[in-house]
Amino acid sequence: MFEATRLECMRGDSRLFSEVGFLLEPGGLLHVRGPNGSGKSSLLRMLCGLILPEAGEIRWNGVNIRHSHDYNRALTYLGHLNGIKEELSGLENLRINCGLAGFDISEETAIDALERIGLDGREHLPVNVLSQGQRRRVMLARLLVARTPLWILDEPLVALDADAIGLMRSLFELHLENGGMLILTTHQELEIAAGVAQEIRFFS
Amino acid sequence: MSKINLYKFASPATFYGLAGQMIPGFAILSAILFAVGLYIGFFVAPTDAQQGEAYRIIFIHVPAAWMSMFIYVVMAVYAGVGLAFNTRLSAMMAQALAPTGALFAFIALFTGSFWGKPMWGTWWVWDARLTSQLILFFLYIGFISLQAAIDDPRRSDRAGALIALVGVINVPIIYFSVKWWNTLHQGASISLTKAPSMAHTMLAGMLIMAIACWTYTIAVALSRVRLIILERERHSTWVSELLEDIK
Amino acid sequence: MSMLAWIMKRDLLLAIRRKSDVLTTLFFFVIMVSLFPLGVGPEPQLLKAMGPGVLWVAALLASMLSLGRLFAADYADGTLEQMLLCPESLALIVLAKAAIHWLASELPLVLMAPLLGLQFGLSGDALWVLTLSLLLGTPVLSLVGAIGASLTLGLRGGGVLVSLLVLPLYIPVLIFGAGAVDASTSGLGAEGHLSILGALLVLALLATPKAVAAALRISLE
Repeated sequence: MFEATRLECMRGDSRLFSEVGFLLEPGGLLHVRGPNGSGKSSLLRMLCGLILPEAGEIRWNGVNIRHSHDYNRALTYLGHLNGIKEELSGLENLRINCGLAGFDISEETAIDALERIGLDGREHLPVNVLSQGQRRRVMLARLLVARTPLWILDEPLVALDADAIGLMRSLFELHLENGGMLILTTHQELEIAAGVAQEIRFFS
Repeated sequence: MSKINLYKFASPATFYGLAGQMIPGFAILSAILFAVGLYIGFFVAPTDAQQGEAYRIIFIHVPAAWMSMFIYVVMAVYAGVGLAFNTRLSAMMAQALAPTGALFAFIALFTGSFWGKPMWGTWWVWDARLTSQLILFFLYIGFISLQAAIDDPRRSDRAGALIALVGVINVPIIYFSVKWWNTLHQGASISLTKAPSMAHTMLAGMLIMAIACWTYTIAVALSRVRLIILERERHSTWVSELLEDIK
Repeated sequence: MSMLAWIMKRDLLLAIRRKSDVLTTLFFFVIMVSLFPLGVGPEPQLLKAMGPGVLWVAALLASMLSLGRLFAADYADGTLEQMLLCPESLALIVLAKAAIHWLASELPLVLMAPLLGLQFGLSGDALWVLTLSLLLGTPVLSLVGAIGASLTLGLRGGGVLVSLLVLPLYIPVLIFGAGAVDASTSGLGAEGHLSILGALLVLALLATPKAVAAALRISLE
């Protein structure tokens, strides 16, 4: 269970948002919407624990995430930045990113994930020869192998083509079906079948 | 929760008024003490047998050196409190103290070199105390420039606090190593502390000067923190009401 | 493989693929040291006296210049954010990164230093002490420098700012590092200096990773 109460965020000396709260049960989807600069990314970063809330609390299974020991193990966060290294191949990037996130995957698993996300034959190329969309796929491939219950995704569909968006959607639906939780922002209209879907809408 | 909010948000507003009431008292006190202290230092205290009149700079040099060290510690304490309890006012106090601390460090260096000229015949000696004072001045400059380079006030407060704490832990290590270095590289020279045996009037003058510097620091830091509060809270209602009143 | 092993493997891999970075620091060190005889004249006695200090100051500056690489790339591409969310303790991650940074950026300087010491006419004993003092001292530079590097992430003029923050903190290492060589050439024995350098290293290993972790959290908020 993931819960946030009366969150408030200050950026510089202006208040970005206040009184934001929600309760997410297993299988629940939370869609955060709003124009650029309205605080969507800040909210997501705050939910990860990267930004300290000015007021309010975020709890994972009833424990404040600042004191929770297993929160980081339960969380997969993908932000605006890809978190991949130009000099390394897609395969190396994926395996290292998974290693950093706390789970080892074998080379076969990694190659398989990269193939499924549409990078077959490019696993061993250094990332700097790949296109923007392909780099994004290298990052998103982590979702194919991640076993974490909570996904927080900031604009995961940017730079993806229709095929990849379709793949992502079915991946999200599978994740929710298996009892995972998903919090995301998108600018695209994306219909995701979910047991419980909520929405937080920001205004500029 | 409401209590914490009250503490966090109302505190700068009430402190603004409180500080405003305290400043005149400290400012007047410091002016009087400076006048008395300087009078004792320059006219009452006896001329030194070895150093003649030149030693009188001690009445500015020593209190300034004391204050520069003392302020750094106070600043680090404020910074630490701000970092640990997320209290914005203490971070503002740390920020307000830094320029005064740097000023005193500079005065101590400046007067030290003026004292050095008649004593050693040179403007600068790599004496352990002067060198440590110089490094302390660098530490102040680092703190001030780091805070100045960060636009977001929260990050600036917290980053400044961290470097102040790192600095205060390092000051003893630096002082110790500079002292070691100094004894290795040159034999015992005339040290600034080995000033003539202190007459009572001299000690009194120095203490009065030290208290004068102290009250001056309080007055200046408080007026600086008032400005910082106004700047940080410029969007709040109490500041706009205040500005209305002034108009 | 543990998370720390992954981080170390990754940083090592990156260092190998970006060899030019390592070489730039090394050549900066060499050029810097070679400038001094040109500045003060080739008098052997003078050079011998100056050698340890010059080599140490140059190592200090080279180490400071290489600090930018410690976190900046990871900060820019979002990996640092992922490291903050990593289940492993951030202080240990910092330690792992600093270790690889030292291996890639500072160890080459340490190995090059005796060669440059020859140009300053240092004796065999002095060269040994110099290398040993650098071996003990440069990790301290990496660790203390990491505090400055993490606090200035993403700031305009970050590089110059790092030098303001970090150089005063480097002074003890400089004093005891260069002092060790001086002590050995003057026949006093360098053990005292070297053991203090060792103590500084232990202190830095214990205290700085936590400070750097706190600084990274501040800078990434």
